[in-house]
Amino acid sequence: MSGISEGISWLTDSAHWHGDDGFPHRIAQHLGYTSLTVVIASAIAIPLGLWIGHTGRLRGLAIALTGALRALPTLGLLTLVVIWRGIGLTPPIVALVVLAIPPLLAGAYAGLESVDRATIDAARAIGMNEWQVLGKVEVPLALPLIIGGLRAAVLQVVATATVAAYIGLGGLGRYLIDGLAVRDYPQMVAGSIVIVVLALVLDGIFAVVQRALSIQR
Amino acid sequence: MIEYRSVAKTFPDGTEAVHDFSLVLPSRSTTVLVGSSGCGKTTLLRMVNRMVDPSSGQVLIDDADVASRNPVELRRSIGYVMQHSGLLPHRKVVDNVATPLRLGGVGRRDARSRALAALETVGLDPTLADRYPGQLSGGQQQRVGVARGLVADPNVLLMDEPFGAVDPIVRAELQQELLHLQRDLGKTIVFVTHDIEEAFLLGDQVVILRKGGEIAQVGTPAQILADPADEFVRSFVGLDRGRRTLRIQEVDGKRVVVDADGRAAGVLA
Ligand SMILES: Nc1ncnc2c1ncn2[C@@H]1O[C@H](COP(=O)(O)OP(=O)(O)O)[C@@H](O)[C@H]1O
Ligand SMILES: [Mg+2]
Repeated sequence: MSGISEGISWLTDSAHWHGDDGFPHRIAQHLGYTSLTVVIASAIAIPLGLWIGHTGRLRGLAIALTGALRALPTLGLLTLVVIWRGIGLTPPIVALVVLAIPPLLAGAYAGLESVDRATIDAARAIGMNEWQVLGKVEVPLALPLIIGGLRAAVLQVVATATVAAYIGLGGLGRYLIDGLAVRDYPQMVAGSIVIVVLALVLDGIFAVVQRALSIQR
Repeated sequence: MIEYRSVAKTFPDGTEAVHDFSLVLPSRSTTVLVGSSGCGKTTLLRMVNRMVDPSSGQVLIDDADVASRNPVELRRSIGYVMQHSGLLPHRKVVDNVATPLRLGGVGRRDARSRALAALETVGLDPTLADRYPGQLSGGQQQRVGVARGLVADPNVLLMDEPFGAVDPIVRAELQQELLHLQRDLGKTIVFVTHDIEEAFLLGDQVVILRKGGEIAQVGTPAQILADPADEFVRSFVGLDRGRRTLRIQEVDGKRVVVDADGRAAGVLA
């Protein structure tokens, strides 16, 4: 128990709340990695998932890909990309994008598959073209599941973005790496608490958004 | 006028839904395709707006082959009403009705006021306009479906068992209203049902179908009853049962019409 309370006093020490090592800066970095990752992963996975869901093609590939990517260990992948591209922002972002793609892809195509075929058929029958069917019917109706995929991706990336610190980058992982190096356990506990709270806050925001979406009908 | 010229449809999985179908549907009248489930009614109906393209043969509207029309444009020019309404669950009733207008490029406000007018035409309480379809009863949803089919004032209206899923009392009400509407509007209606009573009630021309879209008989309800083509038709329209064979009985000096079982059907005027 004393570990936790020492961690909390480390956390509440005003000395740790400013400067490059301070929590605000580390949280900003962490959120920066997270958003960069999720934006890139979404740009890849959501159009692909929508296309698969809309056309019904390559569904098997999507399932296989999702499974394969999920099986990849993030740290191993990080190491590989470091060997390939050297130290920098690329390796952790690549590793995290790979982590974020499966839930985003699954959310998008499962979301589209969940839409009633009769509704889509009716939309076509009254004269919507394929883009209108996608944009005005399929995506709005799939939105709860698409947002669900986004939610899962963000949470995984927030939790795993600590790996950036392994290769000398910033973010909340620094408290774990730096703390471990000098056996400063309170610092590690404080860092973990912030990561958990950050994840909970983000999850709460998504919960509110999803609720608002489902109340609309 | 809609004309089918030797159309056939075999689906990619090998199902032959329509074998060889030819028919002329006169303008400004209601043609009902009636037959049991799976006989090809929906397939035939959907050939008119190119939701299904025939494997061979042609469908013509006013002598122009629909195959030469852009499917999306064609569908926008034709009203479509289906079973289970086919409404968009995430759009309000009024927006559902306005959808065909919006797709046709009508402005938001104009589309809304025309949609409200269409809801009134089908006898729907205007206070329901801002609800979502899921908040309406089955009968109300079907009315919304009819309003959406009519809102853009199409010449042709396709109706696929539009009243099939509502209870008998509401169905009878909807049928009567469609008759009234059609009296004023004079659309070319293609109506699909498996219910021969509905076919006889609504159809100016009734087409009785066998499996594979084979025509058993075409005619007005009176012609079909007077001169059923064969045993299949006799049985399909119920002439083999007592209810259709009526005779006159004198009761208290009035001539009462009764069926073969002696049940009273009405009085002769
Ligand atoms: N898209 C399709 N693919 C394969 N078979 C179909 C398809 N649509 C309809 N069918 C088949 O074609 C036949 C006629 O169907 P349909 O026109 O829907 O009949 P109805 O509307 O009279 O019930 C049925 O055997 C049905 O199973
Ligand atoms: Mg059908």
